[in-house]
Amino acid sequence: MREFLKHPAMRWIMIVGAIVLVVVVYAFGFSVTDVSFETVRDEQRLTQLTRILRALAHPDIFEYDKVEQNIDVAFHLPCPEGGAAAVSVDARGAYIIVSPACAGPEDIVTIEGFGFTPETGGPVNFLTQSGATLQLGNFTSDEQGSFSITAKLPNRQPIEEAQTIRATGRQNVGAPRFSPTAKLVFEKIVETVFLALLATTFGAVLAVPLSFLAAQNIMSEIKSPLTSISLTLLGWPLGIFLGATVAAQIGSFAESIFSDTAFVINGVALWSLAIGLATVTTIPRETEQVSGVSSRLVRGVGTVLIGIVGIVVLYLVAYGMLLLGDAIADPLGPLGFLGNFVYQLGDSLRMLTPVFAALIAGGALGSFGGRLGQRASDQLEYRTVKLINLVVAALAGAALFALVGAVVDWFYQILDIMRTFVIPAALGAIGGALLTLRVDPRQPLPIGYWIYFVIRTILNGIRSVEPLIMVIVFVVWVGIGPFAGALALALHTVAALGKLFSEQVESISPGPLEAVQATGANQVQTIRYAVIPQVVPPYISFLMYRWDINVRMSTIIGFAGGGGIGFLLQQNIRLLDYRAAAAAMLAIAIVVASMDYISSAIRQRFV
Amino acid sequence: MLEVKNLTKIYPGDVLALDDVSFSVEPGEFLAVIGLSGSGKSTLLRCINRLVEPTDGEITWNGVDITQASQDELLRIRRKIGMVFQHFNLVTRSKVITNVLSGRLGYVNAMLSLINRFPKKDMQMAIAQLERVGITDQAQKRADELSGGQQQRVGIARAMMQEPEMILADEPVASLDPVLAHSIMQHLEDINRNDGVMVLCSLHFIDLVHRYADRAIALNDGKLMFDGPPQAIDDARFKEIYGKEAERVG
Repeated sequence: MREFLKHPAMRWIMIVGAIVLVVVVYAFGFSVTDVSFETVRDEQRLTQLTRILRALAHPDIFEYDKVEQNIDVAFHLPCPEGGAAAVSVDARGAYIIVSPACAGPEDIVTIEGFGFTPETGGPVNFLTQSGATLQLGNFTSDEQGSFSITAKLPNRQPIEEAQTIRATGRQNVGAPRFSPTAKLVFEKIVETVFLALLATTFGAVLAVPLSFLAAQNIMSEIKSPLTSISLTLLGWPLGIFLGATVAAQIGSFAESIFSDTAFVINGVALWSLAIGLATVTTIPRETEQVSGVSSRLVRGVGTVLIGIVGIVVLYLVAYGMLLLGDAIADPLGPLGFLGNFVYQLGDSLRMLTPVFAALIAGGALGSFGGRLGQRASDQLEYRTVKLINLVVAALAGAALFALVGAVVDWFYQILDIMRTFVIPAALGAIGGALLTLRVDPRQPLPIGYWIYFVIRTILNGIRSVEPLIMVIVFVVWVGIGPFAGALALALHTVAALGKLFSEQVESISPGPLEAVQATGANQVQTIRYAVIPQVVPPYISFLMYRWDINVRMSTIIGFAGGGGIGFLLQQNIRLLDYRAAAAAMLAIAIVVASMDYISSAIRQRFV
Repeated sequence: MLEVKNLTKIYPGDVLALDDVSFSVEPGEFLAVIGLSGSGKSTLLRCINRLVEPTDGEITWNGVDITQASQDELLRIRRKIGMVFQHFNLVTRSKVITNVLSGRLGYVNAMLSLINRFPKKDMQMAIAQLERVGITDQAQKRADELSGGQQQRVGIARAMMQEPEMILADEPVASLDPVLAHSIMQHLEDINRNDGVMVLCSLHFIDLVHRYADRAIALNDGKLMFDGPPQAIDDARFKEIYGKEAERVG
């Protein structure tokens, strides 16, 4: 077969076949993309093209005060019986002459003007008896102040009385000033830059922790025996539930009592002091060799108490900021946006406190479960571990699948407890049990690699959806405007930066990592001391690059309702106001180019 | 007392790096590990603190089998084993003092260490260790501003911060010139003689082995070829360890 393929004739056939294939592919491409060079040459389209290009070349940025010079001439439409009376012309000032001096509807006439201010221009209008203004054309006077245009008369009902043809010469006077369009463009481009800044910042804050979870070299190190994984899996949802519930309880309590300003201020001060003291006294400076059960218990209870007090303090701070923001917004006058900023921060803190509490409690219970499992599989008998695994792995599997079932149910509203809860849970339990039977209970499973895989998949999924599409969802959620755009860009930034960051983590030099591990540092310490110092410069570099991208993206995110300059651009294009659109495009070009310059300058400093 | 019994390491892809290696090291001993590049020296050293997970065998140290230690126990074992590397493995963008302090990570509170807070006595200890290797004035510099010899001193100071009972030195002088090599080896010797720390040091140059080591073991292709005093490495032994084509240098 291979010999046959190597035959010269065969090769020729394959080459010809390949060429034919390429031709067919491009022919199909021409057909589906409606390639037509006839339209390119079409004269009417060329005129339109010229008009648009000229409009785009005159961005609506400056405007002048104008003086107008209206010059009228009486005109009969149609000609009265006996011909038109001679029109007397005052040749001392500007005047216009229409020839012929009268004509029928839709006739072509020549309009000449003399004595106008040189190099001015404006419309030539036909003023009807009823007061309507119909534009006949535009004129521009030459150096002598004369012009000559031809125009087609409108199709009007015949009227005996003379009507008027008026040439309006307009002239710029005084210094140029920014047009209203330019002011609006400026306002919107500022909005755009800050939209991009916020999206980048929020995105990066989330992308940094995710990037470590999506880095193969770090995650593949993390292995745990099945008991540990199962207990972690059970600990997380339980912790999230407990944390969220407790925080919600405290939150509703807080709402009722934290309306008193002085109370809140005193509370913040007192409680932070208390927490600080408690933390300093309870947390040991050095990890001792082995600690007894009772001291562990004391520390555990202490940690829970600190957690609860921490939630109270977070709420106190949140309400403090709400009160402060509200109080300073008005007195600050033009800086009132600072008050709003404080208020919004407080509000987001109030909103996020239960989330933090849930995540921290979830993490705490999860890692507690993990340690417990590790201990169990290290110290207990082989058979006992296997038996424990059978139970906890089945439970964990059931919990995981029930969770997936709940998500599916939320989206598709199946509303059938059998199909969304019982069957998935049963399947999960069976899966967990089967896994127990398959693996050695002491063998560490590559849980880190699984997490890495899941996070990577999610990041890739999010990344493949353009922010322009994401914004549609956010517009429904928070309404048309820059906030929706910022959220969409932030989400996309999380995915994009998460991937870029994780690749940086993967490409760090392994030497320091090894050295820090050799000192007996744990995973988190290793990341802090060996990984983070190595990735800070590339992180900053990519962050700037992403800001640059986000500025570019935010210029068009307005097309889908995301606010910023895109919104204005789209509006002007729809209104066929190409000069205003050109102003917006110019602003985008300036901002993007300068962002490019600034970001590369900052990047160079850090690399 | 460190006892390595039947240690075997097979890397993925059926690469046999260590083949049934057994030996023991007395407390306070300076053991040289010699052999060609790729003979398994690095793997052997890394198996001892389980930076590389052994496939089979036992490593007993002070009565504890390191290979069976749980994750928590392992961290406590590792903090008593200092390690010095051929390429220094400093975090080059961090300060020298931070690199040295990172030797305490196994001891200090994890939460506080994350915000770069170390107890005062650790700070004093770090300065003292830098003084011992003679580079106190470099403490606030970034590690990559230092020369190779200075970087290796930082590496030794970092290892000494662990208050180690054993130091694993993986070709500590292979990237240094001969003069610097001796000065680094003298630091290790000082630690070995005066602090009574057991040192396992892989070396390339036989004269360094003769000069510093109490005892030497030799690996060839993952197998233990020699275990005895450095003086016993005669020409015949040498050819056995390094292959027939090898010539002695230095």
